[in-house]
Amino acid sequence: MSATNLLHIQHLSKTFQSAKGDVKALHNIQLDIQEGEFVTVIGPSGCGKSTLLKIIAGLDVHYKGTVSLGDRKVEGPGIDKGFIFQEPRLFPWLTVERNIAADLSLRKPEIRQKVDELIELVRLKGFEKSYPRELSGGMAQRVAIARALLRNPKVLLLDEPFGALDAFTRAHMQEVLLDIWQRNRTTMIFVTHDIDEAVFLANRIVVLKPRPGAIQNIIGVDLAFPRKKSSTAFHQLRFKVLSEFDKIEELELVGGAGI
Amino acid sequence: MSKPIELLGQPDHATQTGKGWRVSTRWKERMGSFAIGGLLPVGLLVIWQLAGELGLISTFFLPTPTMIFAAFGDLFASGDLAYHLGVSLKRAAAGFAIGGSIGLLLGLVAGFSRYGEYVLDPSVQMFRMIPHLAIAPLIILWFGFGEVSKILIIAKGAFFPLYINTFLGIRNVDNKLIDVARVLSFKRYKQFFLLILPASLPQLFLGLRLSLALSWLGLVVAELIGSEAGIGFLMTIAKQNSMMEIIFVGVILFAVVGKLIDSFVRLLERRFLQWQDSYKG
Repeated sequence: MSATNLLHIQHLSKTFQSAKGDVKALHNIQLDIQEGEFVTVIGPSGCGKSTLLKIIAGLDVHYKGTVSLGDRKVEGPGIDKGFIFQEPRLFPWLTVERNIAADLSLRKPEIRQKVDELIELVRLKGFEKSYPRELSGGMAQRVAIARALLRNPKVLLLDEPFGALDAFTRAHMQEVLLDIWQRNRTTMIFVTHDIDEAVFLANRIVVLKPRPGAIQNIIGVDLAFPRKKSSTAFHQLRFKVLSEFDKIEELELVGGAGI
Repeated sequence: MSKPIELLGQPDHATQTGKGWRVSTRWKERMGSFAIGGLLPVGLLVIWQLAGELGLISTFFLPTPTMIFAAFGDLFASGDLAYHLGVSLKRAAAGFAIGGSIGLLLGLVAGFSRYGEYVLDPSVQMFRMIPHLAIAPLIILWFGFGEVSKILIIAKGAFFPLYINTFLGIRNVDNKLIDVARVLSFKRYKQFFLLILPASLPQLFLGLRLSLALSWLGLVVAELIGSEAGIGFLMTIAKQNSMMEIIFVGVILFAVVGKLIDSFVRLLERRFLQWQDSYKG
């Protein structure tokens, strides 16, 4: 691989302490992600995929092992790590453009220009002055994406961002996101529980298994864009991911943990 | 299907007519609701007046609306009304300014810091339970019958609503949005002005309204205890001279001015909380 290594995760383990005792959420995760990659993380619920993303974002710093972005250890949240939550989480008292700018001033010409470009990029022209309550779920999530992109993050972390959207809006949002990725080449780490979504977007798919969360397998996807969800190659990859899930299920049954 | 296309084709025309239509209906609606709201009090006034004129009730104990209005006119013409109302308003404003700002300040401290809460909240809650009339004798013994005592009594009333609503407003800020502020690396003051202040604004306005209302109500207690001017003083004198009309003028003034102050704050509220997406009935 000639591309530079952007994210470096080594021996990452995470344990939650609770009244009933300790719960191991992540066990010995090893993962390297290159600059410009689109990585999707998929796994059954309870596999710690959101926890992994929060740790990369710096929102959770109580873990064992090392996580570094570029040549710096992740020690807290920062604008170099954009984060998209499952819900848009916009500020209801700010208009679309002011939500995107947030703590940056729209009066600065360079910010103004970038915000306008981003509004164009996420296809929200004409809604600059709208309030969040006037937007649909998909539009609001696009505002959130623009807000993260304005800060030029080294990596964009997306935590099931389209999970709450209907199937059509979701398909549209996937295309919008791919379009952004192809233009900006921002490194993307995208957590999902939807196999189609994982295959449609990724260069590589990280399959996690639960209890404790660990990497089951990493599957490379070398389908050309634009991808067709109805193509044979797409389905072959889909089966590959599904067979990993089958293996996880067998392990669960052998282990007696159940689901 | 053809409607959105039409709108896209002539955006200016469409929005302009849209707006004009909305304004006129809204105005009509408002006048309509005004008329409905006025129905009950106007009806009662008419019955009251008739009952007095027909001798069904004693006009000594219950002067008719026209008598009260005449008393109001006399007070207004002599300039007494403006003078006493001015004195009362100044008192209420001073008490509100002092009590309200201390409430706001302590509410901010208790809201932002858990230690602040531990230190302040129990004492504040105890202080709240002391009735005006229980503490009034002490205040009068310490500060006499002068202006200071009255302003302190009013301030005591104004303090608590702003304290508790500022505190709760800050504590009710959505943690999910705080996470957004962390991810976007807001500086502390940006977090305050962009997130915490606007998010707690609805509750702050509620505190402001209650605080103003209690200042206005505290004014009565303060002025009836003993004063040389103000609406409460006018009413005390009227009581001693059995001038029922003037007592009514005082009662009505308290109600009307209090309502006007509240309406003004609600106007501000509507102006600042346009973004809110909540049930409006």
